[in-house]
Amino acid sequence: MIQLIDLCKSFEQQQVLKGVNLTIPRGQVTAIIGRSGGGKSVLLKHLIGLMRPDSGQVLVDGTDLGRLRGKALDQVREKFGVLFQGCALFDSLTVFDNVAFPLREKTRLSESEIATRTMQRLEAVGLADMPHKYPAELSGGMKKRAALARALIHDPQIILFDEPTTGLDPILLNSVHRLILDAHKRFGFTAVVVSHDIPEIFDIAQTVAMLHDGIIVEHDKPEAIMTSANPIVRQFITGASDQHGQE
Amino acid sequence: MGNPLEAVGRTVLVQVRTMGRMAIFLGSTALWTVLPPLKFRRIVGQLHFIGVKSSSIILLTAAFSGMVLGLQGYYTLRKFGSEALLGPAVGLTLIRELGPVLAALMVAARAGSASAAEIGIMRITEQIDALEAMAVNPMKYLVVPKVVAGLIALPLLTAIFDVVGIFGGYLVGVEMLGVSAGTYFSEMRNMVEMSDIRGGFLKSLSFGLIVTWVCTYKGFYTGYGAEGVGKATTEAVVLSSVLVLVWNYFMTALLF
Repeated sequence: MIQLIDLCKSFEQQQVLKGVNLTIPRGQVTAIIGRSGGGKSVLLKHLIGLMRPDSGQVLVDGTDLGRLRGKALDQVREKFGVLFQGCALFDSLTVFDNVAFPLREKTRLSESEIATRTMQRLEAVGLADMPHKYPAELSGGMKKRAALARALIHDPQIILFDEPTTGLDPILLNSVHRLILDAHKRFGFTAVVVSHDIPEIFDIAQTVAMLHDGIIVEHDKPEAIMTSANPIVRQFITGASDQHGQE
Repeated sequence: MGNPLEAVGRTVLVQVRTMGRMAIFLGSTALWTVLPPLKFRRIVGQLHFIGVKSSSIILLTAAFSGMVLGLQGYYTLRKFGSEALLGPAVGLTLIRELGPVLAALMVAARAGSASAAEIGIMRITEQIDALEAMAVNPMKYLVVPKVVAGLIALPLLTAIFDVVGIFGGYLVGVEMLGVSAGTYFSEMRNMVEMSDIRGGFLKSLSFGLIVTWVCTYKGFYTGYGAEGVGKATTEAVVLSSVLVLVWNYFMTALLF
């Protein structure tokens, strides 16, 4: 279980997180929705210690990430898999080497065991026929799938998805969502998905939290979020432009 | 318009902060170099990139540097009737100064700029974040192999530069201008001492550190987007080249 307690983060004069309180239940898919530039990715980076809060706590299974350094932090990070917004595949490595990377760096498995496991994951995401391609040779959807295979390779307990469908067409968007759902059913990890794909995200999430103006304004089941009376949530879900002319 | 004193103060603070960050980066690199495990395959890969792939440009610049030294040295020494000293003049100039400095400048221009750009692109495309998220230390994985490879490659490249340069001088001085081959090499052997070679080696070692340290630092803390990476790459080459030249003065003052 992940708990965020009064999480605050500023960048120079701009306060991005203003006291986020959120509990992410174990084994479920939790979606974090909110407007672009609202701090969702910043929030996600706090969950794995890539950013440190100015104040507040990030508790992963009761361990405060903000107090950890070095090996202790690495041990917690090994529980995580991350699918970054831009995929973050290593562009000098092939798809196979990208997916095998965490096993080569963090385990003592033999090369044949690594190859077997890597090919299994590549098959699971439908990329078994292109292990020798480089990221630059892949389409956007293929990159997402390769990044998902890499995030899944070491059987993490928690996977963070940072806008996994950004820049994809509606067919690929559904295919990536289906992939996340299938992988979740198969491996049973805790998933945190940052997204603004409304209403598609409600089909895969079991709980939804809306981040607005640096705080969680609503956190509930998808059905409850869809029928929420909160005007901020309603406006976001219906896509109505606000009175100040912002998109 | 703001207070000029305030602007000066702000600039000084930024520079002091940058120097502090560079010193911490160097300290961190040193720490991760001695902490196991050693990324041996990564170091070999970087040795190939920094060393082997720089060898052709080193051969070319060394040959022409030696040739121009032979030419200029001959015409200057002839005024004093001392053409016999051409060998030591070329040898000492290359071993003490030009070999280490020009090899370092070539490595900064070729491998240093590429390293800064590579790490910079990895930073802006979240590849460094991905390493950290996988509990892989980016200093250990990216920076240490380049710095260790620089420390090994630059003295070797400098040695190649010196040898090729000396033969470039031989080609012009002996083959073209008629200085005796025996005189060229025997006078060189008489006047070039072990301390000259040791000084050149120490210089090249320190230049290897300066070039890889500055270039990896600039890439690691690059600005945003393509423009940020371009700026970081330029700054990496300019700063490492300037530092090599400044540090060379102090090394010469101390060593010879």
